[in-house]
Amino acid sequence: MNFIDNPRKLRGFEKHTRVEKISRRSILRGIGITGGFVLAAPVMSRQAFAYETGAGKMPHGVVVDPRIFVAVAPDGTVTILAHRSEMGTGVRTSLPLIVAEEMEADWSKVKVQQAHGDEVKFGNQDTDGSRSTRHYLIPMRQIGASARTMLEQAAAKRWGVPATEVKAVNHEVVHGASGRKLGFGELAADAAKESVPSIEGLKLKDPKDFRYLTKGQIGIVDLHDITTGKAGYGADVRLPGMKYAVIARPPVTGGKLVSFDPAEAMKVSGVEKVMQVRGWPWPSKFQPLGGVAVIARNTGAAIKGRDALKLVWDDGANGKYDSVAYRKELEEASRKPGLVVRAEGDADAALKSADKVVIGEYYLPHLAHASMEPPVAIADVKGDKAEIWAPVQSPGGTREDVAKTLGIPEGNVTVNVTLLGGGFGRKSKCDFALEAALLSKELGAPVKVQWTREDDLHHDFLHTVSVERIEAGLDKSGKVVAWRHRSVAPTIASTFAAGANHAAAFELGMGLVDMPFEIANISCENPEAAAFTRIGWFRSVSNIPRAFAVQSMVGEIANATGRDQKETLLALIGSPRIVKPAVKDMWNYGEPFDSYPIDTARLRKVVELVAEKGEWGRSVPKGHGLGIAVHRSFVSYIATIVEVAIDDKGKLTVPRVDTAIDCGTYVNPERIQSQIEGAAIMGLSLAKYGEISFKEGKVVQKNFDDFQVIRIDESPLITNVYIVPPGPDTPPSGVGEPGVPPFAPALMNAIFAATGKRIRALPIGKQLEA
Amino acid sequence: MIKVKINGQEQSWGGDPDLPLLWFLRDEAGLTGTKFGCGQALCGACTVIVDKEAVRSCITSINDVAGREITTIEGLHPTGDHAVQKAWRQVNVPQCGFCQAGQIMQAAALLMDNPKPSHDQIREAMSGNICRCGCYQRIENAVHLASTGV
Repeated sequence: MNFIDNPRKLRGFEKHTRVEKISRRSILRGIGITGGFVLAAPVMSRQAFAYETGAGKMPHGVVVDPRIFVAVAPDGTVTILAHRSEMGTGVRTSLPLIVAEEMEADWSKVKVQQAHGDEVKFGNQDTDGSRSTRHYLIPMRQIGASARTMLEQAAAKRWGVPATEVKAVNHEVVHGASGRKLGFGELAADAAKESVPSIEGLKLKDPKDFRYLTKGQIGIVDLHDITTGKAGYGADVRLPGMKYAVIARPPVTGGKLVSFDPAEAMKVSGVEKVMQVRGWPWPSKFQPLGGVAVIARNTGAAIKGRDALKLVWDDGANGKYDSVAYRKELEEASRKPGLVVRAEGDADAALKSADKVVIGEYYLPHLAHASMEPPVAIADVKGDKAEIWAPVQSPGGTREDVAKTLGIPEGNVTVNVTLLGGGFGRKSKCDFALEAALLSKELGAPVKVQWTREDDLHHDFLHTVSVERIEAGLDKSGKVVAWRHRSVAPTIASTFAAGANHAAAFELGMGLVDMPFEIANISCENPEAAAFTRIGWFRSVSNIPRAFAVQSMVGEIANATGRDQKETLLALIGSPRIVKPAVKDMWNYGEPFDSYPIDTARLRKVVELVAEKGEWGRSVPKGHGLGIAVHRSFVSYIATIVEVAIDDKGKLTVPRVDTAIDCGTYVNPERIQSQIEGAAIMGLSLAKYGEISFKEGKVVQKNFDDFQVIRIDESPLITNVYIVPPGPDTPPSGVGEPGVPPFAPALMNAIFAATGKRIRALPIGKQLEA
Repeated sequence: MIKVKINGQEQSWGGDPDLPLLWFLRDEAGLTGTKFGCGQALCGACTVIVDKEAVRSCITSINDVAGREITTIEGLHPTGDHAVQKAWRQVNVPQCGFCQAGQIMQAAALLMDNPKPSHDQIREAMSGNICRCGCYQRIENAVHLASTGV
C-alpha cells in the first residue's frame, strides 16, 4: 500500500510515520515573554523522563519552550497557550493546568489562549488517538518548571541571593530567610531576560505538593461561556461581508455532477449565487467531494435555495453499494481463511481436536459520528493569503491541506481553531474547511460553509462495517485451547489509496492481534474487504467491533461451560504477565512497549475492581441481568459492568453502569469521570440504534429520526466510575476513547443473563421484541 | 415588516417571512448562542423561549413569532446567573458544550411551568434535547438542583 510512504496522509496513526526532522527555522513570535526559540529537541531524551512516549514520533513532535507557551504580564496575569483542540474532553483546561501547577501559578490568574495551527511552532496538534495527556503531561510540566525557574532566577538576582534560596509559591517568589516576596507580575520583565534552563536540570514538583493535578476540583475554562451562550464554536464566527453557503454534494461517494439548473434556487429570497465546487476523484483523502454551492445572505436562504436546485448526478462505480448484500459478502469472507496476522501454536489442529468449539459471528454496521455541531468552516481568502476559522481536530493538517488545495505557501495560511461541538474523529478530516477555502477564493469574499445534519450523515467518513468471527476450541475441562479470530472490514487506508483492502497495522492493533488471553493456539486473520464509501476513524475505531466480538465470546464460553462470566474472563486473561504477541510490526498506539506493555496484571485489576465496587454477582430483579467486559485500548485498561432490565415487551433500560479505568497517571479525575459517563451513553447509542446503511450507493438515514442516538429518557440511571490509583511513574494513558469499546459487549452479556438471548448483530433494534 | 422582541429589544425583518427563527437569530441578529443541530426539531440545540414556552427555532418561522417575546440564552439572565445556569456550572454538566444552550433553555422553560419536577418529569421534558457527548446524568442532576434552589 503506497499510502505508508507518505506519513502525512495518515496523521494520527503514527505507526506509519517516520521520526520527523524538526526544523528550527520558522519559530515565529508567539505570546511568549519574548520571541522565543525552541528549548529542547522535540524527541525527548530518556534521561529527562521517567518514561518514554511516542510523542516525539508524531508529525512535528513536541516543542518544549516556555517562551512560546507562557506569557506573564506586568499585572500578574499568566497566559498559557492551549495547542490542542477542545471537543469536550477538557484538554483546553487540563494541559494549561499542568503548566500552571508546575510553575506555581494561581489558576484564578491564568488565562487560556487557543493556539492557531502551526506545528513547527507548537509541535503536533492532532487532537485524536486519546493522546493529549499521554504525550503532554511531561512536556507541559517541563514548560511550567522552566517558567518557574526563570521567575525564581530573576527574583534571586533582584535580591542578590543564590537561586537555591528562593522558591515560587502560589504566584509569588519567596525568599524564605528574609521573608521577602515578589509577585510573578513584578518579575515578568526580568524573567524574560533569563536564559531558558536545560530540560535535564529542571526540578519537577513532587506530586504530593500538587494543588490542582489529580484533585479534580477545577471546572473547565469555558464553563461560564458555555452556560451563557458566549462560547465560540465553528459557526459562531462572523466576519464583515461574510456570505453563507450550503453545498449539494454527490449522493454517492465518487459520483460526479452531470448538470444543474440554478433557476429556481436563484428565485429564493436571499439567494445570491449558485456555483460549482471542485471535487476530487475518490479516494481523495480529505479533499472535497465537489458539487453545487448556493450562496446567500443567511444560512436559511442557502438551505432553501439548495432544496430548489435541479441536479443530475452520475453515481459512478459505488452506485451499487448495498448494505444487505455487503453484509453477506463479509460473512462469507469470514468463513474462509484469510491473511494470517498473528499465529501462535497451531490453531487449526487445536480446533480440530477440541472437545467443543464455540463459534460466534458478530456484525457491526457503519456508524456516523453525528457530533452535535455539524461540520462548518469559515474562510477568508485574499490573493495568496488565506485565513480559516474552523472546529478542527487537526489544525496543522488543515493548514497544510488548505495551502495545497489553494496552491499557496503554508506560511500564508492561518488556521484559527474554534471550540468543537463534538468531534469523535470526524473533525480530524478537514474537507469542510477546504470547501470554504475554495468558495472564498472564487467569491473574493469571506464565506461560511454550513453542513446540515443530512449532509453530515450522508457525507461522513464513516466507522467501518465489520464481521468478526471467532472460533474458540475448548478441552474436556472447559479450558480454551484454541482461538481463531477473523476480522473482515473495509480499511481506513481505503480513503487514502485505491484498492487498499486489508487492515492497516494500526487497525490490526486495536483489539485483534493484541488480544491478551493466555491461549496456546492462536490464529488472527484478516480476509480482504473492499470499501465503497469514505471510511474514517470514529471514537475508539476498530476497538468497537473487536471488543464487541471478543468480550461477547467470553460470555458465550461462560455459557457453554456453565461458569460465571467474570471467572471465565479472568481464566482467559490468565496469569499476570506481559503479553508479547507473535506479530510483525505490532502497533501499540504509537507507544513504546517498554513504557506501555500489554500488562495482564493491570487488566485483571480493573476486572477485579469493577467486580468489587460494582457488586458483581448481586441479585437483581426478574428481567434484569448483569454483564461484564474488559478491554485494553489507547494503552488504558477498562472494565465495565452493565445492569440491563428488559420488560415483557422487550423494552430495554439500563439501571446501572459501573466502570473501572486504569489510565495511569492522570490530571483531572472529574473529566475522566465525565468521559466515562459519556462513553456509556455513546456505547448504548451504538448498541441500541447505531446503523448507517446503504442502498443504491446512498446513505439511507437522514437525520436524528432514523439515525437515533440515546436521549435522556433512555440514558443509564447511574454510571459509577472508579479510577485505579496510579503507581509511581506509571505513564499516563488514554481516556477519551477507551470507555466505549467494553460497553456494548457488557450489555450483550447482560441481555443474555436477563433473557437467554445472544445478540450477535448490532444494533439491537427490534431483536428483543417478543 | 415583521416585528419581534428578542431579549427585550425590538427587531424587524423585511425578508422572507418563512425564514426559520434560528437563522434570523444567528445570521441576521448576530445572536449565535442558539445552535443549529438538525433543522428538523429532532435535537433541541436551537431551543429558545417564546413567551413562556420552549420552542425549536429551527422549524419556527420568523412570521410565526411576529409580535411575540423571544428569549435566547443570551437573554436568560443579565449576568448568566439564572438558577439553571448556576446549577449547570455547579454540576460541571458540559463536555463539548454545543447542545447546552438548548438544554438550559429547555430546563428553564420546564421550571417555569413546573418548579419542582420529579426525576421522571425531568427526563420526559428534556428528552427532546440530544447531547452526543452524553452529559445526561449531570443534566438531570443539574435540573434537579436548580429546582431545589442553588
